[in-house]
Amino acid sequence: MSDTFQAIELRAVSKTFVLHAQGGVRLPVVKNATFAAPRAACTVLAGASGSGKSSILKMIYGSYRCDDGQILVTAGGERVDIALASPARILKLRASTLGYVSQFLRVIPRIGAPDIVTAAAREGGLNGMDARERASLLLTRLNIPERLWSVPPATFSGGEQQRVNIARGFAAPHAVLLLDEPTASLDAENRAVVVQLISEAKAGGAAILGVFHDDDVRHQAADHIVNVAAFSDPGAP
Amino acid sequence: MTPIHQPLLSARTLTHLYGHRVGCIDVDLDLYEGEVLAVVGESGSGKSTQLSLLSAQMEPTSGAVAYRMTDGVTRDLVALSQAERRFLMRTDWGFVHQDARDGLHMGVSAGGNVGERLMAVGWRHYGDIRAKASDWLGRVEIDESRIDDFPTQFSGGMRQRLQIAKTLVTQPRLVFMDEPTGGLDVSVQARLLDLLRGLVTDLGLAAVVVTHDLAVARLLSSRMMVMRGGRVIEHGLTDQLLDDPREPYTQLLVSSILQA
Repeated sequence: MSDTFQAIELRAVSKTFVLHAQGGVRLPVVKNATFAAPRAACTVLAGASGSGKSSILKMIYGSYRCDDGQILVTAGGERVDIALASPARILKLRASTLGYVSQFLRVIPRIGAPDIVTAAAREGGLNGMDARERASLLLTRLNIPERLWSVPPATFSGGEQQRVNIARGFAAPHAVLLLDEPTASLDAENRAVVVQLISEAKAGGAAILGVFHDDDVRHQAADHIVNVAAFSDPGAP
Repeated sequence: MTPIHQPLLSARTLTHLYGHRVGCIDVDLDLYEGEVLAVVGESGSGKSTQLSLLSAQMEPTSGAVAYRMTDGVTRDLVALSQAERRFLMRTDWGFVHQDARDGLHMGVSAGGNVGERLMAVGWRHYGDIRAKASDWLGRVEIDESRIDDFPTQFSGGMRQRLQIAKTLVTQPRLVFMDEPTGGLDVSVQARLLDLLRGLVTDLGLAAVVVTHDLAVARLLSSRMMVMRGGRVIEHGLTDQLLDDPREPYTQLLVSSILQA
Protein backbone atom coordinates (compact mmCIF):
# COMPACT_ATOMS: atom_id res chain seq x y z
CA MET A 1 0.00 0.00 0.00
CA SER A 2 1.34 3.39 -0.87
CA ASP A 3 1.77 5.90 1.89
CA THR A 4 2.13 9.62 1.21
CA PHE A 5 4.27 9.86 4.34
CA GLN A 6 7.02 8.11 2.39
CA ALA A 7 9.17 10.55 0.42
CA ILE A 8 11.06 7.81 -1.39
CA GLU A 9 9.63 4.45 -2.30
CA LEU A 10 11.37 1.74 -4.30
CA ARG A 11 9.36 -1.14 -5.69
CA ALA A 12 11.16 -4.16 -7.14
CA VAL A 13 14.04 -2.11 -8.51
CA SER A 14 16.75 -3.98 -10.41
CA LYS A 15 19.86 -3.01 -12.27
CA THR A 16 22.49 -4.87 -14.26
CA PHE A 17 25.56 -3.38 -15.89
CA VAL A 18 26.49 -4.79 -19.31
CA LEU A 19 30.15 -4.21 -20.16
CA HIS A 20 30.46 -4.32 -23.93
CA ALA A 21 34.24 -3.91 -23.98
CA GLN A 22 34.47 -7.14 -22.00
CA GLY A 23 32.42 -9.28 -24.35
CA GLY A 24 29.06 -8.22 -22.95
CA VAL A 25 29.77 -9.39 -19.41
CA ARG A 26 26.71 -8.84 -17.17
CA LEU A 27 27.13 -7.46 -13.66
CA PRO A 28 23.91 -7.55 -11.64
CA VAL A 29 24.22 -4.88 -8.93
CA VAL A 30 20.73 -4.54 -7.51
CA LYS A 31 17.92 -7.08 -7.53
CA ASN A 32 14.35 -6.48 -6.41
CA ALA A 33 15.11 -3.58 -4.07
CA THR A 34 11.91 -2.71 -2.22
CA PHE A 35 11.88 -0.22 0.65
CA ALA A 36 10.69 3.24 1.62
CA ALA A 37 12.22 6.27 3.32
CA PRO A 38 9.91 8.56 5.28
CA ARG A 39 10.00 12.34 5.65
CA ALA A 40 11.69 13.98 8.61
CA ALA A 41 13.94 11.00 9.19
CA CYS A 42 17.30 9.60 8.20
CA THR A 43 17.26 6.16 6.58
CA VAL A 44 20.60 4.44 6.24
CA LEU A 45 21.48 1.80 3.66
CA ALA A 46 23.68 -0.86 5.20
CA GLY A 47 25.52 -3.74 3.58
CA ALA A 48 28.98 -4.86 2.55
CA SER A 49 31.03 -2.89 0.07
CA GLY A 50 29.88 -3.73 -3.47
CA SER A 51 26.35 -4.64 -2.37
CA GLY A 52 24.84 -1.85 -4.48
CA LYS A 53 24.20 0.87 -1.86
CA SER A 54 25.73 3.62 -3.93
CA SER A 55 24.07 2.34 -7.12
CA ILE A 56 20.67 2.62 -5.41
CA LEU A 57 21.35 6.27 -4.49
CA LYS A 58 22.47 7.06 -8.03
CA MET A 59 19.35 5.43 -9.48
CA ILE A 60 17.16 7.59 -7.24
CA TYR A 61 19.08 10.70 -8.32
CA GLY A 62 18.82 9.57 -11.94
CA SER A 63 22.50 9.47 -12.78
CA TYR A 64 22.21 5.67 -13.09
CA ARG A 65 19.37 4.20 -15.07
CA CYS A 66 16.88 1.83 -13.56
CA ASP A 67 16.28 -1.32 -15.65
CA ASP A 68 13.21 -2.54 -13.79
CA GLY A 69 10.78 -1.46 -11.11
CA GLN A 70 9.56 1.89 -9.81
CA ILE A 71 11.38 4.67 -7.98
CA LEU A 72 8.75 7.00 -6.56
CA VAL A 73 9.79 10.37 -5.16
CA THR A 74 7.03 12.41 -3.52
CA ALA A 75 7.41 16.11 -2.81
CA GLY A 76 5.22 19.20 -2.96
CA GLY A 77 2.12 17.08 -3.50
CA GLU A 78 3.60 15.47 -6.58
CA ARG A 79 4.83 11.96 -7.16
CA VAL A 80 7.39 11.22 -9.84
CA ASP A 81 8.58 7.79 -11.00
CA ILE A 82 12.26 8.44 -11.67
CA ALA A 83 12.53 5.18 -13.62
CA LEU A 84 10.18 6.56 -16.30
CA ALA A 85 10.60 10.34 -15.96
CA SER A 86 11.92 12.42 -18.87
CA PRO A 87 15.31 14.14 -18.53
CA ALA A 88 13.53 17.51 -18.26
CA ARG A 89 11.34 16.22 -15.39
CA ILE A 90 14.35 14.85 -13.52
CA LEU A 91 16.25 18.12 -13.93
CA LYS A 92 13.25 20.02 -12.57
CA LEU A 93 13.00 17.64 -9.61
CA ARG A 94 16.71 18.07 -8.87
CA ALA A 95 16.31 21.84 -8.86
CA SER A 96 13.30 21.81 -6.55
CA THR A 97 13.53 18.71 -4.40
CA LEU A 98 16.28 16.22 -4.90
CA GLY A 99 19.80 16.76 -3.56
CA TYR A 100 22.79 14.46 -3.83
CA VAL A 101 26.09 14.70 -2.00
CA SER A 102 28.88 12.44 -3.14
CA GLN A 103 32.26 11.80 -1.69
CA PHE A 104 33.94 14.00 -4.26
CA LEU A 105 33.67 17.60 -5.28
CA ARG A 106 33.57 18.08 -9.03
CA VAL A 107 35.85 21.06 -9.22
CA ILE A 108 35.04 23.86 -11.62
CA PRO A 109 38.09 25.88 -12.68
CA ARG A 110 38.43 29.35 -11.13
CA ILE A 111 35.30 29.28 -8.96
CA GLY A 112 35.88 29.83 -5.23
CA ALA A 113 34.19 27.84 -2.45
CA PRO A 114 31.67 30.56 -1.40
CA ASP A 115 30.51 30.95 -5.00
CA ILE A 116 30.06 27.19 -5.42
CA VAL A 117 27.94 26.99 -2.27
CA THR A 118 26.03 30.21 -3.00
CA ALA A 119 25.13 28.98 -6.48
CA ALA A 120 23.70 25.77 -4.98
CA ALA A 121 21.67 27.77 -2.44
CA ARG A 122 20.32 29.99 -5.22
CA GLU A 123 19.35 27.03 -7.37
CA GLY A 124 17.38 25.78 -4.38
CA GLY A 125 15.40 29.02 -4.27
CA LEU A 126 17.20 31.26 -1.77
CA ASN A 127 17.60 34.90 -2.83
CA GLY A 128 21.03 36.45 -3.41
CA MET A 129 21.69 37.79 0.10
CA ASP A 130 20.31 34.77 1.94
CA ALA A 131 22.22 32.42 -0.33
CA ARG A 132 25.50 34.18 0.36
CA GLU A 133 24.86 34.20 4.12
CA ARG A 134 23.94 30.53 4.09
CA ALA A 135 27.17 29.76 2.21
CA SER A 136 29.35 31.68 4.69
CA LEU A 137 27.63 30.02 7.63
CA LEU A 138 28.07 26.50 6.25
CA LEU A 139 31.73 27.00 5.27
CA THR A 140 32.45 28.41 8.72
CA ARG A 141 30.68 25.54 10.47
CA LEU A 142 32.58 23.05 8.34
CA ASN A 143 35.88 24.69 9.28
CA ILE A 144 36.92 25.96 5.86
CA PRO A 145 39.15 28.88 6.92
CA GLU A 146 38.29 32.26 5.39
CA ARG A 147 41.75 32.62 3.92
CA LEU A 148 40.85 29.78 1.53
CA TRP A 149 37.61 31.39 0.37
CA SER A 150 39.19 33.28 -2.51
CA VAL A 151 41.10 30.23 -3.74
CA PRO A 152 39.42 27.77 -6.15
CA PRO A 153 39.07 24.42 -4.36
CA ALA A 154 41.05 22.58 -7.09
CA THR A 155 44.11 23.08 -4.89
CA PHE A 156 42.41 22.03 -1.61
CA SER A 157 43.14 18.82 0.25
CA GLY A 158 40.73 15.89 -0.17
CA GLY A 159 39.08 16.57 3.20
CA GLU A 160 38.66 20.29 2.46
CA GLN A 161 37.11 19.54 -0.92
CA GLN A 162 34.77 17.09 0.72
CA ARG A 163 33.65 19.71 3.24
CA VAL A 164 32.98 22.22 0.45
CA ASN A 165 30.93 19.51 -1.23
CA ILE A 166 28.91 18.94 1.94
CA ALA A 167 28.32 22.69 2.32
CA ARG A 168 27.08 22.68 -1.25
CA GLY A 169 24.77 19.73 -0.63
CA PHE A 170 23.18 21.28 2.45
CA ALA A 171 22.99 24.82 1.02
CA ALA A 172 19.47 24.48 -0.31
CA PRO A 173 16.56 23.05 1.68
CA HIS A 174 16.08 19.82 -0.30
CA ALA A 175 13.01 17.80 0.64
CA VAL A 176 14.89 14.64 -0.35
CA LEU A 177 18.60 14.41 0.28
CA LEU A 178 20.84 11.53 -0.82
CA LEU A 179 24.17 11.21 0.98
CA ASP A 180 26.74 8.93 -0.64
CA GLU A 181 29.52 8.48 1.95
CA PRO A 182 29.88 12.22 2.49
CA THR A 183 32.01 11.76 5.60
CA ALA A 184 34.55 9.30 4.17
CA SER A 185 37.69 11.33 4.82
CA LEU A 186 36.60 13.68 7.62
CA ASP A 187 37.95 13.93 11.16
CA ALA A 188 35.70 13.44 14.20
CA GLU A 189 35.02 17.17 14.64
CA ASN A 190 33.78 17.62 11.08
CA ARG A 191 31.83 14.37 11.18
CA ALA A 192 29.98 15.79 14.18
CA VAL A 193 29.10 18.90 12.14
CA VAL A 194 27.65 16.67 9.40
CA VAL A 195 25.57 14.79 12.00
CA GLN A 196 24.22 18.17 13.19
CA LEU A 197 23.42 19.25 9.64
CA ILE A 198 21.53 15.99 9.12
CA SER A 199 19.44 16.58 12.29
CA GLU A 200 18.64 20.13 11.19
CA ALA A 201 17.53 18.92 7.75
CA LYS A 202 15.37 16.26 9.40
CA ALA A 203 13.81 18.85 11.68
CA GLY A 204 12.98 20.80 8.51
CA GLY A 205 11.05 17.76 7.26
CA ALA A 206 13.61 16.37 4.83
CA ALA A 207 13.80 12.70 3.97
CA ILE A 208 17.44 11.70 4.12
CA LEU A 209 18.76 8.50 2.62
CA GLY A 210 22.42 7.85 3.21
CA VAL A 211 25.37 5.54 3.00
CA PHE A 212 27.98 6.05 5.73
CA HIS A 213 31.04 3.98 6.21
CA ASP A 214 31.81 5.36 9.71
CA ASP A 215 29.93 3.59 12.47
CA ASP A 216 29.72 6.67 14.69
CA VAL A 217 27.93 8.77 12.03
CA ARG A 218 25.66 5.85 11.20
CA HIS A 219 24.67 5.33 14.83
CA GLN A 220 24.07 8.98 15.52
CA ALA A 221 22.20 9.80 12.30
CA ALA A 222 20.14 6.70 11.54
CA ASP A 223 16.45 6.47 12.40
CA HIS A 224 15.93 3.45 10.17
CA ILE A 225 18.34 0.95 8.69
CA VAL A 226 17.71 -0.88 5.43
CA ASN A 227 19.91 -3.89 4.78
CA VAL A 228 20.85 -3.88 1.12
CA ALA A 229 22.28 -7.42 1.19
CA ALA A 230 18.70 -8.64 0.79
CA PHE A 231 18.55 -6.94 -2.64
CA SER A 232 21.82 -8.22 -4.07
CA ASP A 233 21.65 -10.77 -6.82
CA PRO A 234 22.22 -14.21 -5.28
CA GLY A 235 23.91 -15.23 -8.53
CA ALA A 236 26.44 -12.40 -8.24
CA PRO A 237 29.97 -13.29 -7.18
CA MET B 1 -5.36 29.71 -18.60
CA THR B 2 -1.97 28.06 -18.70
CA PRO B 3 -0.52 28.06 -22.20
CA ILE B 4 0.69 24.72 -23.47
CA HIS B 5 4.44 24.77 -23.16
CA GLN B 6 5.92 24.28 -26.61
CA PRO B 7 9.60 23.56 -27.05
CA LEU B 8 11.73 26.46 -28.27
CA LEU B 9 13.34 24.29 -30.92
CA SER B 10 12.21 20.89 -32.10
CA ALA B 11 13.27 18.50 -34.83
CA ARG B 12 11.43 15.46 -36.18
CA THR B 13 12.97 12.67 -38.29
CA LEU B 14 15.60 15.14 -39.45
CA THR B 15 17.61 13.60 -42.28
CA HIS B 16 20.25 14.89 -44.65
CA LEU B 17 22.03 12.94 -47.37
CA TYR B 18 25.03 14.14 -49.35
CA GLY B 19 24.25 12.16 -52.50
CA HIS B 20 24.57 8.57 -51.28
CA ARG B 21 26.63 9.57 -48.26
CA VAL B 22 24.80 9.93 -44.97
CA GLY B 23 24.89 13.29 -43.17
CA CYS B 24 22.41 12.45 -40.44
CA ILE B 25 19.34 10.24 -40.22
CA ASP B 26 16.12 10.43 -38.22
CA VAL B 27 17.16 12.91 -35.53
CA ASP B 28 14.39 13.86 -33.09
CA LEU B 29 14.87 16.47 -30.40
CA ASP B 30 13.09 19.03 -28.23
CA LEU B 31 14.90 21.91 -26.59
CA TYR B 32 13.42 24.30 -24.01
CA GLU B 33 14.61 27.62 -22.60
CA GLY B 34 17.50 27.24 -20.17
CA GLU B 35 18.49 23.82 -21.51
CA VAL B 36 21.94 23.10 -22.87
CA LEU B 37 22.15 20.07 -25.11
CA ALA B 38 25.54 18.60 -25.99
CA VAL B 39 25.86 16.66 -29.24
CA VAL B 40 28.92 14.42 -29.07
CA GLY B 41 30.56 12.00 -31.46
CA GLU B 42 33.66 11.61 -33.59
CA SER B 43 34.27 13.62 -36.74
CA GLY B 44 32.02 12.32 -39.48
CA SER B 45 29.34 11.23 -36.99
CA GLY B 46 26.88 13.78 -38.31
CA LYS B 47 26.98 16.24 -35.44
CA SER B 48 28.01 19.24 -37.57
CA THR B 49 25.44 18.35 -40.23
CA GLN B 50 22.82 18.29 -37.51
CA LEU B 51 23.90 21.72 -36.28
CA SER B 52 23.66 23.17 -39.80
CA LEU B 53 20.16 21.73 -40.20
CA LEU B 54 18.94 22.95 -36.82
CA SER B 55 20.23 26.44 -37.49
CA ALA B 56 18.69 26.63 -41.00
CA GLN B 57 22.06 26.91 -42.70
CA MET B 58 21.17 23.80 -44.70
CA GLU B 59 17.84 22.34 -45.76
CA PRO B 60 17.08 18.77 -44.71
CA THR B 61 16.54 16.04 -47.30
CA SER B 62 13.54 15.07 -45.20
CA GLY B 63 12.11 15.80 -41.78
CA ALA B 64 11.48 19.19 -40.22
CA VAL B 65 12.76 21.73 -37.71
CA ALA B 66 10.35 24.02 -35.89
CA TYR B 67 11.16 27.11 -33.82
CA ARG B 68 8.98 29.11 -31.44
CA MET B 69 9.37 32.71 -32.66
CA THR B 70 9.42 35.74 -30.33
CA ASP B 71 5.66 36.23 -30.94
CA GLY B 72 5.05 32.76 -29.44
CA VAL B 73 4.08 31.14 -32.72
CA THR B 74 5.98 27.96 -33.64
CA ARG B 75 7.05 27.97 -37.28
CA ASP B 76 8.62 25.47 -39.63
CA LEU B 77 12.10 26.76 -40.50
CA VAL B 78 11.89 25.70 -44.15
CA ALA B 79 8.70 27.73 -44.56
CA LEU B 80 10.30 30.97 -43.32
CA SER B 81 11.08 33.72 -45.80
CA GLN B 82 14.70 34.78 -46.33
CA ALA B 83 14.00 37.99 -44.40
CA GLU B 84 12.54 36.11 -41.43
CA ARG B 85 15.49 33.74 -41.37
CA ARG B 86 17.94 36.65 -41.48
CA PHE B 87 16.07 38.32 -38.64
CA LEU B 88 16.41 35.16 -36.52
CA MET B 89 20.13 34.88 -37.19
CA ARG B 90 20.74 38.52 -36.33
CA THR B 91 18.74 38.75 -33.15
CA ASP B 92 17.22 35.68 -31.59
CA TRP B 93 19.98 33.20 -32.45
CA GLY B 94 23.68 33.28 -31.88
CA PHE B 95 26.55 31.22 -33.31
CA VAL B 96 29.85 30.49 -31.70
CA HIS B 97 32.16 28.99 -34.33
CA GLN B 98 35.20 26.89 -33.55
CA ASP B 99 37.34 29.32 -35.53
CA ALA B 100 36.61 32.82 -34.25
CA ARG B 101 37.53 34.19 -37.69
CA ASP B 102 34.28 32.69 -39.01
CA GLY B 103 32.28 34.76 -36.56
CA LEU B 104 34.26 38.01 -36.56
CA HIS B 105 35.20 40.65 -39.07
CA MET B 106 38.95 40.66 -38.77
CA GLY B 107 39.27 44.10 -40.37
CA VAL B 108 36.92 45.74 -37.87
CA SER B 109 37.84 46.77 -34.30
CA ALA B 110 36.69 44.74 -31.28
CA GLY B 111 34.13 47.39 -30.38
CA GLY B 112 33.02 47.55 -34.01
CA ASN B 113 32.46 43.81 -34.13
CA VAL B 114 30.18 43.88 -31.11
CA GLY B 115 28.53 47.14 -32.23
CA GLU B 116 27.78 45.74 -35.66
CA ARG B 117 25.33 43.21 -34.28
CA LEU B 118 23.62 45.92 -32.24
CA MET B 119 23.26 48.12 -35.32
CA ALA B 120 21.73 45.20 -37.17
CA VAL B 121 18.91 45.20 -34.63
CA GLY B 122 18.35 48.94 -34.92
CA TRP B 123 20.72 50.59 -32.44
CA ARG B 124 21.78 53.97 -33.86
CA HIS B 125 23.25 56.08 -31.06
CA TYR B 126 27.06 55.86 -31.17
CA GLY B 127 27.55 56.51 -27.46
CA ASP B 128 25.04 53.82 -26.46
CA ILE B 129 26.55 51.29 -28.83
CA ARG B 130 30.06 51.97 -27.57
CA ALA B 131 28.97 51.77 -23.93
CA LYS B 132 27.17 48.47 -24.53
CA ALA B 133 30.15 47.05 -26.45
CA SER B 134 32.50 48.12 -23.67
CA ASP B 135 30.24 46.49 -21.06
CA TRP B 136 30.26 43.21 -22.99
CA LEU B 137 34.03 43.24 -23.47
CA GLY B 138 34.25 43.47 -19.69
CA ARG B 139 31.84 40.56 -19.26
CA VAL B 140 34.06 38.34 -21.39
CA GLU B 141 37.15 39.57 -19.53
CA ILE B 142 38.67 41.67 -22.30
CA ASP B 143 40.13 44.89 -20.95
CA GLU B 144 38.05 47.84 -22.12
CA SER B 145 41.21 49.62 -23.25
CA ARG B 146 41.35 47.09 -26.11
CA ILE B 147 38.04 48.28 -27.61
CA ASP B 148 39.69 49.93 -30.62
CA ASP B 149 42.17 47.11 -31.29
CA PHE B 150 41.60 44.68 -34.12
CA PRO B 151 40.95 40.95 -33.57
CA THR B 152 44.16 40.27 -35.52
CA GLN B 153 46.02 41.71 -32.52
CA PHE B 154 44.26 39.30 -30.12
CA SER B 155 45.32 35.85 -28.93
CA GLY B 156 43.18 32.82 -29.89
CA GLY B 157 41.45 32.75 -26.52
CA MET B 158 40.68 36.49 -26.62
CA ARG B 159 39.28 36.20 -30.14
CA GLN B 160 37.00 33.44 -28.97
CA ARG B 161 35.81 35.57 -26.05
CA LEU B 162 35.22 38.48 -28.43
CA GLN B 163 33.12 36.21 -30.64
CA ILE B 164 31.07 35.25 -27.59
CA ALA B 165 30.52 38.92 -26.67
CA LYS B 166 29.44 39.67 -30.21
CA THR B 167 27.07 36.70 -30.20
CA LEU B 168 25.43 37.41 -26.86
CA VAL B 169 25.13 41.20 -27.01
CA THR B 170 21.69 41.03 -28.63
CA GLN B 171 20.52 38.60 -25.93
CA PRO B 172 19.60 35.71 -28.23
CA ARG B 173 17.33 33.01 -26.81
CA LEU B 174 19.14 30.19 -28.60
CA VAL B 175 22.87 29.77 -29.20
CA PHE B 176 24.55 27.20 -31.43
CA MET B 177 28.14 26.37 -30.57
CA ASP B 178 30.45 24.30 -32.74
CA GLU B 179 33.47 23.00 -30.78
CA PRO B 180 33.67 26.31 -28.88
CA THR B 181 36.92 25.37 -27.13
CA GLY B 182 38.52 23.43 -30.00
CA GLY B 183 42.04 24.45 -30.93
CA LEU B 184 42.71 26.39 -27.71
CA ASP B 185 45.34 25.68 -25.05
CA VAL B 186 44.05 23.75 -22.06
CA SER B 187 44.38 26.67 -19.62
CA VAL B 188 42.60 28.97 -22.08
CA GLN B 189 39.88 26.32 -22.55
CA ALA B 190 39.18 26.15 -18.82
CA ARG B 191 38.72 29.90 -18.60
CA LEU B 192 36.46 29.97 -21.64
CA LEU B 193 34.34 27.07 -20.41
CA ASP B 194 33.90 28.65 -17.04
CA LEU B 195 32.92 31.93 -18.69
CA LEU B 196 30.43 30.22 -21.02
CA ARG B 197 28.96 28.25 -18.17
CA GLY B 198 28.38 31.42 -16.15
CA LEU B 199 26.82 33.30 -19.07
CA VAL B 200 24.55 30.42 -20.07
CA THR B 201 23.26 30.14 -16.49
CA ASP B 202 22.88 33.89 -15.90
CA LEU B 203 21.09 34.54 -19.19
CA GLY B 204 18.98 31.36 -19.08
CA LEU B 205 20.01 30.55 -22.66
CA ALA B 206 19.05 27.49 -24.61
CA ALA B 207 22.07 26.10 -26.42
CA VAL B 208 23.13 23.29 -28.69
CA VAL B 209 26.83 22.56 -28.23
CA VAL B 210 28.59 20.29 -30.68
CA THR B 211 31.76 18.84 -29.20
CA HIS B 212 33.92 15.76 -29.28
CA ASP B 213 35.16 16.59 -25.76
CA LEU B 214 33.13 14.84 -23.06
CA ALA B 215 34.58 17.13 -20.38
CA VAL B 216 33.04 20.09 -22.22
CA ALA B 217 29.73 18.24 -22.35
CA ARG B 218 29.92 17.45 -18.61
CA LEU B 219 30.63 21.05 -17.65
CA LEU B 220 28.22 22.87 -19.97
CA SER B 221 25.27 20.63 -20.68
CA SER B 222 22.39 19.06 -18.78
CA ARG B 223 21.39 16.76 -21.64
CA MET B 224 23.49 14.87 -24.12
CA MET B 225 23.08 13.12 -27.45
CA VAL B 226 25.66 10.64 -28.77
CA MET B 227 25.93 10.33 -32.56
CA ARG B 228 27.56 7.73 -34.71
CA GLY B 229 27.31 7.16 -38.46
CA GLY B 230 24.69 9.90 -38.73
CA ARG B 231 22.34 8.39 -36.15
CA VAL B 232 21.59 9.27 -32.55
CA ILE B 233 22.60 6.12 -30.71
CA GLU B 234 21.93 7.29 -27.16
CA HIS B 235 20.47 10.38 -25.48
CA GLY B 236 19.52 11.43 -21.98
CA LEU B 237 20.80 13.32 -18.95
CA THR B 238 24.46 14.19 -19.34
CA ASP B 239 25.51 12.68 -16.00
CA GLN B 240 23.47 9.55 -16.77
CA LEU B 241 25.17 8.97 -20.10
CA LEU B 242 28.62 9.65 -18.68
CA ASP B 243 28.19 7.67 -15.43
CA ASP B 244 26.05 4.84 -16.80
CA PRO B 245 26.61 4.60 -20.57
CA ARG B 246 24.59 1.83 -22.12
CA GLU B 247 25.53 1.55 -25.80
CA PRO B 248 28.84 -0.13 -26.67
CA TYR B 249 30.05 2.98 -28.51
CA THR B 250 29.17 5.35 -25.64
CA GLN B 251 30.94 3.01 -23.21
CA LEU B 252 33.99 3.14 -25.47
CA LEU B 253 33.90 6.95 -25.62
CA VAL B 254 33.53 7.31 -21.85
CA SER B 255 36.26 4.79 -21.10
CA SER B 256 38.61 6.65 -23.46
CA ILE B 257 38.64 9.87 -21.40
CA LEU B 258 42.06 10.65 -20.04
CA GLN B 259 42.03 11.11 -16.28
CA ALA B 260 44.22 14.04 -15.24
